[in-house]
Parts: sequence; C-alpha cells; structure tokens
Amino acid sequence: MRRRALALLVNGLLVLGALLCAAPLLWMLSVSLMPAGEATAFPPALVPSEPTLVHYRELFSRLHLARQAANSALLATLATALGLFTSSLAGYAFAKLRFAARDRLFRALLVGLVVPGQVAMLPLFLLLRELGLVNTWAGVLVPSLASIFGIFLVRQYMLQIPDSLLDAARLDGAGELRIWAQIALPLARPILVTLATFSFMGSWNDFLWPLIVLGDEDRQTLPVALANLLGEHVQDVELMMAGSVLTLLPVVLLFLAFQRHYVRGILAGSVRG
Amino acid sequence: MRIRPRRGPRFARLRLAARPRRGLAAAGFLAPALTALVAFFLLPVVAAFLLSLTDFDLYALADPRNLRFVGLENYARLLRDPTFWKASANTLFFVALGAPLSVSASFAAALLLCARSARAQAFFRTVYFLPVVTTLVAVAVVWRFLYHPRLGLANRALAWLGIAPVDWLGDPAWAMPAIILLAVWKNFGFNMVIFVAGLQSIPERLYEAARLDGATRWQELRFVTLPMLLPTTTFVVLMTLIGHFQLFAEPYVMTQGGPEDSTRSIVLLLYEQGFRWWNLGQASAISVLLFGVVLVATLLARAWRGREVSA
Repeated sequence: MRRRALALLVNGLLVLGALLCAAPLLWMLSVSLMPAGEATAFPPALVPSEPTLVHYRELFSRLHLARQAANSALLATLATALGLFTSSLAGYAFAKLRFAARDRLFRALLVGLVVPGQVAMLPLFLLLRELGLVNTWAGVLVPSLASIFGIFLVRQYMLQIPDSLLDAARLDGAGELRIWAQIALPLARPILVTLATFSFMGSWNDFLWPLIVLGDEDRQTLPVALANLLGEHVQDVELMMAGSVLTLLPVVLLFLAFQRHYVRGILAGSVRG
Repeated sequence: MRIRPRRGPRFARLRLAARPRRGLAAAGFLAPALTALVAFFLLPVVAAFLLSLTDFDLYALADPRNLRFVGLENYARLLRDPTFWKASANTLFFVALGAPLSVSASFAAALLLCARSARAQAFFRTVYFLPVVTTLVAVAVVWRFLYHPRLGLANRALAWLGIAPVDWLGDPAWAMPAIILLAVWKNFGFNMVIFVAGLQSIPERLYEAARLDGATRWQELRFVTLPMLLPTTTFVVLMTLIGHFQLFAEPYVMTQGGPEDSTRSIVLLLYEQGFRWWNLGQASAISVLLFGVVLVATLLARAWRGREVSA
C-alpha cells in the first residue's frame, strides 16, 4: 500500500513538473495562433478561438524576418563547420600525436575554460574594428574559429582509437593528414555529430556577441532581431509569440532529432571536474 | 585526469628518431585552432587587463592619441560607484538564490526520473530538458508576457490558487526573483542530465547492502546516494555558479536593468559601459573583476572538494 502511494506521488510529481516545463512553450504556441488582440482581451483566452497563421505571415511579409532567419542559419552552419574543422584537427593531435609538452599544453588549454567569455569581448571588438570586421559576418564568426570545449571533446573520444590502427596505416605509407581524414574522423563520427549539434545550437542561440558586432538590420541574427522587435511591438503579444516560435523552432527540432548526441556531449563535458 | 608514467629520456629519443616528422605534423594539426585561440582569445584576455588600466573611451576610439594610462583609477572609481555595488549585489543575489534553487531542482528532477516506480522516463526527461535548448532571448520574450500583471499566466495561476497578484517585473522586490524563476526553468534540465548519469552509475549492490542493514529510503539517500554523488555535485555547483555570474540576456530583454536598477547585473553594466557609453577602459575593469570573482569561486569549490575527499 505504501509502495502504491509512493509510486503515485512520484508519477504525480513527474506530470506536474512536465506541465510546468511545457506550459510556457505551449502557451507561446497557442497565443501565436490567436487572432490579434485575443491574448490581451480580459479575461485572456488560453486557446485560439479561430487558429490563424496571420502573424507568421506578417513576420515574413511585413517584417522581413526571413532575412534574419537565413542569416542565423548561415552563421550557425559556418560556425559549426569552422569549429568542427579546427577542433577535430587539434583534438587528433592532442590524442594521437606525440610531441614535446603535449599534455602540459593541453592542461594549459583547459585553464582557459575558467575565463568568462565577456573578458575577451571588449578588446576583441577593438581588434575587429582595426581589422575592419565590425558589422561583418567574419567578425561574428571569429570567436567560433576554435573552441577549447570542442578540442577537449574530440581529444577524449579519439584517445580510444587504438594506436595500432594508425601505425598500420603509417606503415602503408599514409601521411598524417590522410590518416586523420580517412581513419580518425570516420571513427570519431559520433562525437563529431555531438559537437556539431552543440555548436550549431550555441551559435543559433548566441545573443551578446552578434548584438555587439552586427549593426545593420539586414545582417542581424534572429535572436537580435527578435529583441529589437520587442521595442516596437511590445503590445502585439500574438506577433511576438509567433516571432519566438520562429526563433525557437529550429533548435528544438534539431534537439529532438539529435537528443542522444546532445546529452552525450553534456556528459562528456561533466567528467572533466 | 589520468597521469601517465613518465617515459625515460632514452626511450623518448628513440621514438623521436624513429618518427622524425611527428612534431612537425602536430604543429600543422594544432596551428589553426591555436592560432585562433591565441589571436582571438588569449591576447584579448591579456589586453583586457591592460585596457582596464587606461581611460579608453569615445575620444580614444576616435583617435588613439587621446588614450592615457591611469593605473588603477578605473577600479577605484568602480569601488566608489553605487551603480557598480548595486549591480554586484544584484548579481550576488541572483547567484546566491538562483544557483542553489537551480541545482536543487535538477537534483529533485533526477531523483524522480530515477525512482524505481517512475514511468515514461524518456518522455519526461525530454520535456524537462526542452527549456535548456530553447533560445534565451525568445523565452525571455515569452516570460515577459507570462509575468504581465493582469493578463500573464503567472498571476492567473496564482489567482487560481487564491493568491493575490504580483507585479512581477514592475516591483523592485519581485523583478529579480522573477528572473531567477525563469533561469531555474530554463537551466535545471542541464544539470539534471548530469545527475541522472551520476545516479545511474551508483552500483545497485550498495543499495542492496543498505537494505540488508535495514536502512530506510531516507537513509539510503543520505548515506549512499549523496556521498556517491559528491564529485558530480561539486562539478555541477561550480559550473552553475560560474554560469550564474554571467547573467545578461534575461534582464536585457525583460527589464533593461529596472525597475529601480533592481535587475542590473554585472554583465549588463559591462555591456552598457562598454557598448552604449563606449567607456571601454571602465568596462574592462568590470570584466577583470568578474573574472576575479569567477576564479575565486572556482578555487573555493576546488578547495572544498579537496577537503571533502580527504575527510
């Protein structure tokens, strides 16, 4: 009997927690489909009386948000590709190539994880200004060129690759670059998918850096555009909710598709401690 | 980290002789990442220290000849500035209340998910994790409306429970707690996943042994689960503290630091000083202080863990 009560309590709390987690997102979705003004009438509706896509259409037709959505997608893709390339190269070297002070260098790198990103931000902005990269996509991408976390993830994973495999390839006369591309990378595919998911979402969701670097509206990313939109359209709840859905949807779908990989990345990062 | 036994020098020389090009290859593999990290991370971090010793402002931005070395003047001015103290107090409040709440929520959720009687764990885990991957700016926009005093979901839920409405974002006493609630909602899933993995790695036989000794569920939790999870917990607390010190987008979108400066965080102040007023010297001093605080938090957590392990 006590067992049944406990089971009821556990599952009841689980359902309650799920409601609390989902409610804001479901509410956002519901309001985004309401006719204008329905969410601000009193008492406000919970579900749309007549579901409509008019706000989504307005986002694209009048506010031209397709532009910023494309910017976000392109920037996140480029950031992911660049990060994957440099991290997989460096991670391979740290895991599988012997060189002087390798482990000391790696440990020094990990110290960098403690430094909050905002510390580098101001001088980096001045540097970009000198290089003429403010308000350009290259400027936004600069911090994504290399990631300590990415190098760490790849290195930990590639440590498992047996040396004998690589040595066999060396005996066959393969160069290091070819071994990296044709043996190490395919074997490390799962962690590369993890890293790609992480960096795409991280880049898509990033706010502070694109906010600082990109001035032109045409070059801005979706989150920055959404924050700006709030200034003019704070009364248009339904429209803002549609904008939020548009901003969230790609990463949420991506997460649902790659959930297992994403969680693996978190766990790989957490054994560092 | 595992410590490798040191190789003898003779052996090392032998390997180098046998594979003469490995060092060169390694340099090639490391060059892209390390060049980027040095140019766009290490040097800027060093530069931030130097910048914080200058009066770099709008005039220096226009013409570098206006730049002057001012020593620790920026720091002295910060310590005299009530806005800075207010921002520090706000951030500390957010950290001191938000981080423990967030970690507790993560732990509770992980315990529920791992309970023997829990159903549909995969489904619940996904739902609990969903807020983590959402775009912060978008959910801040959503929560801004959730907190609407008359129309928001929050006050309607309170009314349903028979509690008087709260002016969440308009009342200086409630604005930061409101942001904390959002942050807990948004972040707890991340640490929950780590706790779940930690819970699953505790050997079942420890629980069996505890039950054989007649331990109650509470005692199992207190004497098996908690001690076994200590390393996980230390890591989670540390990362959560560091993350919470960097509060920015929530107040930027939801309150712009108001009402009455009650939600202006250190990073928001840094942003305003640096990129709204272009006082880059002053802003750098803030970033250096932020770095110092995060560093101290890290070292304290390390020391605390060291003590626990040796005890």
